[in-house]
Amino acid sequence: MRPLTLRRLLLQCTVLLLILFGVVIVAIKFGAVPVSLYALARDMWGVLFHQRSGISTDYVLIIQNIRLPRILLGIIVGASLSVAGTSFQALLRNPLADPYVLGVSSGAGLGAILALIAEPHLNLSPMLAALLTPLGAFIGAAATITAVYFLGRREGQIDGNTLLLGGVITGSFISAIIMFLMSTLSGNLRGLSFWLMGELSTPLQKSIYWFLGIGFLAAAGAIYTTASDLNLLLAGEKEAMHLGVDVPRVRLVVYIAASFLTGLAVSVSGAIGYVGLIVPHVMRLIFGSDHRTLLPTAALGGAIAVVFADTIARTVVAPSELAVGAVTAVVGAPLFIYLLRRRLA
Amino acid sequence: MSSSSALARNPSESVRASTDVRLSVEQVSYAHSANPSQAPLFTLEATSFQAKPGEIVAILGPNASGKSTLLKLISGALAPLSGRILLNGFVIQSFTPRTRAQVIAVVQQESTLLFPARAWEFVLQGRHAHGRSLRFESDDDILIAKNALAQVGAAELSDRWMDQISGGEKQRVILARALAQQPLLLLLDEPTLHLDIAAQIGLLDSLRRLAAENRYTVVVVTHELNLAAEYADQVVLMQRGRCLRVGPPASIYQRELLEQVFQTPLTVEFGSNGRPRVNVLSGT
Repeated sequence: MRPLTLRRLLLQCTVLLLILFGVVIVAIKFGAVPVSLYALARDMWGVLFHQRSGISTDYVLIIQNIRLPRILLGIIVGASLSVAGTSFQALLRNPLADPYVLGVSSGAGLGAILALIAEPHLNLSPMLAALLTPLGAFIGAAATITAVYFLGRREGQIDGNTLLLGGVITGSFISAIIMFLMSTLSGNLRGLSFWLMGELSTPLQKSIYWFLGIGFLAAAGAIYTTASDLNLLLAGEKEAMHLGVDVPRVRLVVYIAASFLTGLAVSVSGAIGYVGLIVPHVMRLIFGSDHRTLLPTAALGGAIAVVFADTIARTVVAPSELAVGAVTAVVGAPLFIYLLRRRLA
Repeated sequence: MSSSSALARNPSESVRASTDVRLSVEQVSYAHSANPSQAPLFTLEATSFQAKPGEIVAILGPNASGKSTLLKLISGALAPLSGRILLNGFVIQSFTPRTRAQVIAVVQQESTLLFPARAWEFVLQGRHAHGRSLRFESDDDILIAKNALAQVGAAELSDRWMDQISGGEKQRVILARALAQQPLLLLLDEPTLHLDIAAQIGLLDSLRRLAAENRYTVVVVTHELNLAAEYADQVVLMQRGRCLRVGPPASIYQRELLEQVFQTPLTVEFGSNGRPRVNVLSGT
């Protein structure tokens, strides 16, 4: 017997934090304009110890204003999508569930677009207006997962394959609506590839980062309080109930929090696919399927994956850029097929 | 065990206070209607029986006789249409899922796993209701889980993967998880369904021993006439949603009654231990 201890959990998280730190350094260094590690270290030293004079303008322009915000966004988006994917997998008892595959990301995108369209007509204060898009995305995500949940039921029970098929079709239906809206309405709606593929390149206001960070911690924290309940839910709702899980409460908390995380991520980065599928699978292989470990390690792994994927997206066709969702899809879609075939075998 | 001080803070402590009758099923009925506009279909007519600590009760009947429905009502998974079920004098329906899992353990026919787990992880799940929602297993929990595995003779399976052990071994680990819940009431739904004869007898022998040692009240749903005859202290005989008889096997096992319930010719003999034996005649 080797039950989970707090010490082991902290050790695992520390290792992943170090990897994340390494990936962040790589992401800062590489890009259309290369930065030397020496200059980077010198400039960061300057920032940390308030020696303003020694900081190069390159650093301020490129790193502080462009790369670091983008990396921060990648961390929050990756962690959110990965935790949402882990939660959906446990809740729907389907190892292939992921916000993108289930169409929840598309639903969040549609909600965000509708909020952007409605915003000029609503006469809101700037603060409320900034929150309207994430709110629309959250409502879109929650509505979609509810619809997909009912589409995936057969004779009162969730059927894995029906659920996935229902999600994929719902996603493609919503994508069609998004394309229709984008082609009939002009205005400040960002590009089509943003909503369908996902990008991290859009600059955001500083206050939005605070909102994202606090929102992520609150929702992921709420999911984490149910971590050991989720372990039992994997054996089925009836069995979980007999082992003492308040199934309706856990289901409600996790559905709302996971939809919120998806909405949060999609409202600032569009629909980046497969992160919530690949990362939890890799973490499960390394650390096991106990959600008390899986949720925090998946969050860190998601951050690592998205920051890394975005670095590739920025550099492979420099000075032009790929959508980060294209990179995650190139890795994620074949893996999805592999996992699906192994499950059907 | 060292958990007596923990029990004092335990919400189920008052339920644990010993009484002579542990489980009391009082005029319990259940109806199910597929469509609200239609008259409900009775799946269980008013049923009553009582069980003491250490007793094994077999709910016996052919398919669709309502025996699984009765078990679901006792487990709290279904709410009765009328009547009530008491555990040490407390109405089962009033318990929260957590309190219920501290006093009632359910062993179902199948236990499926989505991701691989080791046997010890599986058994530790039984401790879930005894801890706070977010915490790590205590030394007490680990000791209890180890004891539970040892009690069902599965200590050597501890580190094996659940999907790589035989059906009989799996059934023992599932039983160990139920024991780790330290329940007052142990409910089993067709536990012998996928087991060979040796594993069936092994399981029921350990159930009888555990019921005597730990003073569990055990309720088993089965259609195996001879296993019920051999191991049950009381038999609840069911047919088409009705409870026909309740009593010790010797008084229930009458040829005409069983032939009528199970719709097959059979003979009943009594062994040297006073327990009946049934031979089904395949003379058709």
